[in-house]
Amino acid sequence: MSQTTPTTPTRVGPGPTTWTPGKVGESDRRPDGVPKVTGEFEYSSDMRLDGMLWGATLRSPHPHAEIRQIDTSEAEDLPGVYAVLTHEDVPGRKVYGMEIPDQPVLAWEKVRYQGEPVAIVAADHPETARRALEKVHVEYGVLDPITDAEKAVQEDAPKLHLSGNVLRRIRILHGEGVGAAAKADVVVRGEYEVGMQDQAFLGPESGLAVPDGLGGVDLYISTQWLHIDQDQVAESLGMDPDQVRLTLSGVGGAFGGREDLSMQIHACMLALETERPVKMAYNREESFFGHVHRHPAKLRYEHGATRDGNLVYVKARLVFDGGAYASSSNAVCLNAATFACGPYEVPNAEIESHMLYTNNPPCGAMRGFGAVQACFAHEAQMDKLADELGLDPLDLRIKNALKPGDRFPFGQEVPPPAPVREILERVKVMPLPEEQEVMGRDLRGLPGGVSNVTHGEGVKRGVGYAVGFKNIGFSAGFDDYSTARVRLTVEDGEPLVEVHTAAAEVGQGLLMLQAQIARTELGVEKVSILPADTRVGSAGSTSASRQSYVTGAAVKLACEGVRERLFERAREELGEPPDGLSVEAGNVVRDGRTVVPLAELLDGDELEETCEYHHRETHPLDENGQGDVHLQYAFAAHRAVVEVDVELGLVRVVEIATAQDVGKIINPQALEGQIEGGIAQGLGLALMEEIQVKEGKVLNASFTDYLIPTILDMPTVKMEVLELADPEAPYGLKGVGEPPTIASTPAIVAALRDATGLELTRIPVRPEQLAGVSDGPPLPDEPTPGGAGYAEVGRLDGRRET
Amino acid sequence: MRLNLTVNGEQRETDGVWEGESLLYVLRERLGLPGSKNACEQGECGSCSVYLDGILVCSCLVLAGQAEGSEVVTVEAVSGDSGLHPVQEAFVEAGAVQCGFCTPGFVVATHDLLRRNPEPSEAEVREALAGNLCRCTGYEKILDAVRRAAARGEDAPR
Ligand code: FES
Ligand code: FES
Repeated sequence: MSQTTPTTPTRVGPGPTTWTPGKVGESDRRPDGVPKVTGEFEYSSDMRLDGMLWGATLRSPHPHAEIRQIDTSEAEDLPGVYAVLTHEDVPGRKVYGMEIPDQPVLAWEKVRYQGEPVAIVAADHPETARRALEKVHVEYGVLDPITDAEKAVQEDAPKLHLSGNVLRRIRILHGEGVGAAAKADVVVRGEYEVGMQDQAFLGPESGLAVPDGLGGVDLYISTQWLHIDQDQVAESLGMDPDQVRLTLSGVGGAFGGREDLSMQIHACMLALETERPVKMAYNREESFFGHVHRHPAKLRYEHGATRDGNLVYVKARLVFDGGAYASSSNAVCLNAATFACGPYEVPNAEIESHMLYTNNPPCGAMRGFGAVQACFAHEAQMDKLADELGLDPLDLRIKNALKPGDRFPFGQEVPPPAPVREILERVKVMPLPEEQEVMGRDLRGLPGGVSNVTHGEGVKRGVGYAVGFKNIGFSAGFDDYSTARVRLTVEDGEPLVEVHTAAAEVGQGLLMLQAQIARTELGVEKVSILPADTRVGSAGSTSASRQSYVTGAAVKLACEGVRERLFERAREELGEPPDGLSVEAGNVVRDGRTVVPLAELLDGDELEETCEYHHRETHPLDENGQGDVHLQYAFAAHRAVVEVDVELGLVRVVEIATAQDVGKIINPQALEGQIEGGIAQGLGLALMEEIQVKEGKVLNASFTDYLIPTILDMPTVKMEVLELADPEAPYGLKGVGEPPTIASTPAIVAALRDATGLELTRIPVRPEQLAGVSDGPPLPDEPTPGGAGYAEVGRLDGRRET
Repeated sequence: MRLNLTVNGEQRETDGVWEGESLLYVLRERLGLPGSKNACEQGECGSCSVYLDGILVCSCLVLAGQAEGSEVVTVEAVSGDSGLHPVQEAFVEAGAVQCGFCTPGFVVATHDLLRRNPEPSEAEVREALAGNLCRCTGYEKILDAVRRAAARGEDAPR
């Protein structure tokens, strides 16, 4: 391609980050910490370029409608408007999607959820862009929405997609299935429901697209996986992937919500059309419509056990509302099915997991990914069973705990380490917080706090336990890999390692981890992490708690390659015998004695290695739901202590104690941050977080109405961390991001049950449930059994305990 | 409209401001100070915290015109020539920063708290920071950062 001067300004990014990191196992001051506390750190929403335009998105107000006509002429005539684009302007594939490309870049013929993008504009001021949206006239023919996953499967339900309304169905048959029921002395049944949770990352979706003047485009974007974005954007722009270059910009949290595309294709379309840089930045309301959510679920369970508390069988039927488009629902359905029984030895099981299309908001990845919903139900069942058997709930769990060598219900052998019993025993012996007299206590230490709603009257304490687990890495036959380029050079007489990957730092501390590995493996002080972009191979997604494992392994591998070449040089040039060399503090050493300084050995040369690390192959499930489907399993147990004002239904979580199996601690402070932050999101789901959807419409798309835990809601976290090495993983580590979010929710709900004696089968638990009060007039139509619809979710009167 | 205000000790003037713009928008988009963040633009998250005439406010809730003639101090001015402010230092050390989108707001709010109350109890810290949302940390390390900053009381916040 010939070199011409770009017609648009080029962006100068923040460049590499260089510092002296800690070694593996040490806490480190994160290198992006200083720019983040001073306000200098550049997030995707902070970027700007001269001549830049603002993009905005027109979204469907209807959850289900035909599009009869779109008239953009009035909007185009508005001064300050540079482009108004619709589906007709999508140059390439008109749909996108990670697993199934079923989601329109811009809707045509039909909209299938409220908030679906229909048109986009670029203008010189965000307000002008917003006004232009008002002048795009779309004629809709409103259709009845399907708002209930159970109804989506009925014969007469309209088909939302050519393939029908069933997105995925999984059946797992293990042992004799329910045929073993006769062997059970005791059976407990329950139906549970999980509301729709939002990732609520603080930095809304945003990015900047810059046309390169040669027909291609550069996109600066906050995302979880640059390469899957690149592929999808290029496909819809009708370009080669190398014409669409992506660079990670500052990411304000992710938690699964940035795995799907949001404004990526739109911004590129507008930039290419206007030949100007285009920035798109959602506000909070739009963010609620701009990403997928955690799947709401209905879970029906039956557990059978012997009189002495051994599980005999589990029967489970899980129904997930996938919303209008596929996103990563396929994998969520699989995860939920495989985690349905919990980390217990279950000899017989029959599990069905259903994922349906509806006209509700699309759902996809969120921290915990299918394991969260299942854990809430299986843990409630374990408590119910313990109660029925007159056993201590923790002892029942310990008695049935999975151990290495057992078989999961999906046939895979439990790999070591699987310290389920150990983590349960740890939380069992952790001292409980001292019980303080409630009467006369400082208001701030009571449920409701300074709202001054109780002085201790009606406040009851409860304690609850739960344990959960999560697969680490991508599963079911996916070729899950990461790429790292590592270069050893000398700068100002000092050896320096440069690490280049496309792995997305979303706040978790991945920069530190990569640098710690480089420092440890190459024995240098200074490490430089290059900005993540698509000039290096894919690192895979920052999700499934996989980056420490997979990108960690790729960086380690590349470092080992460089180190091997160093040693070769030492052998060739210095005649050093091949064995027993190592690197330390900038020197090649043998038996603690310096053989040669790295700088001298390199003598102005650079050593570079690019390596891909592919994790062990996994396999899809067969027709009976059997297969070696997952790579690694990480476990966490939680104990919650709560105080409930039983008259008003207000809750104060007093303490969460946890024990987690992490394989190897790479960075203690970052690990603690993951555990504490993950627990906060689990607490949110237990007590307050729900996107309320009525007739397919979101009622609470704001932080005023969608509540996430504040510093007043979060208790002290006590933690114990087990380091039992996984022999297959780099340094023996396990992924740590998700396990804290899984069992913390059911532990809190168990504590609420302990305090109130209520059954509490739906999360988030509402004050009116806890106070046992009716909360409004009766529903107009009685929900059919098993079919109480998501249509009712979100109505105060629909949230009553059943 | 034209807007005159003092920002971080400097007299600033900006033209062509639309009446509906917030102080946050003007700071971020017109004055080149994107340190204050825009996580909700509704007064719920505190990520846009600044001082307006010495009072801690959510700049997303202040109309630009309301700030005419006022003195605004943003996160960009919390650190001085001598480096990080003790509050900032404490946030970095304690691991109170993950994605960091909430951090500028927490830094300004903590700065304000310690200025008013150099030795706050835990309950007082929680109350003072209840208007700042963080989605990443679970707040434990933020509490730790505030404790550390308070313990360095001799470097009284400026
Ligand atoms: S952006 Fe101002 S309070 Fe959230
Ligand atoms: S560090 Fe991410 S929101 Fe606080």
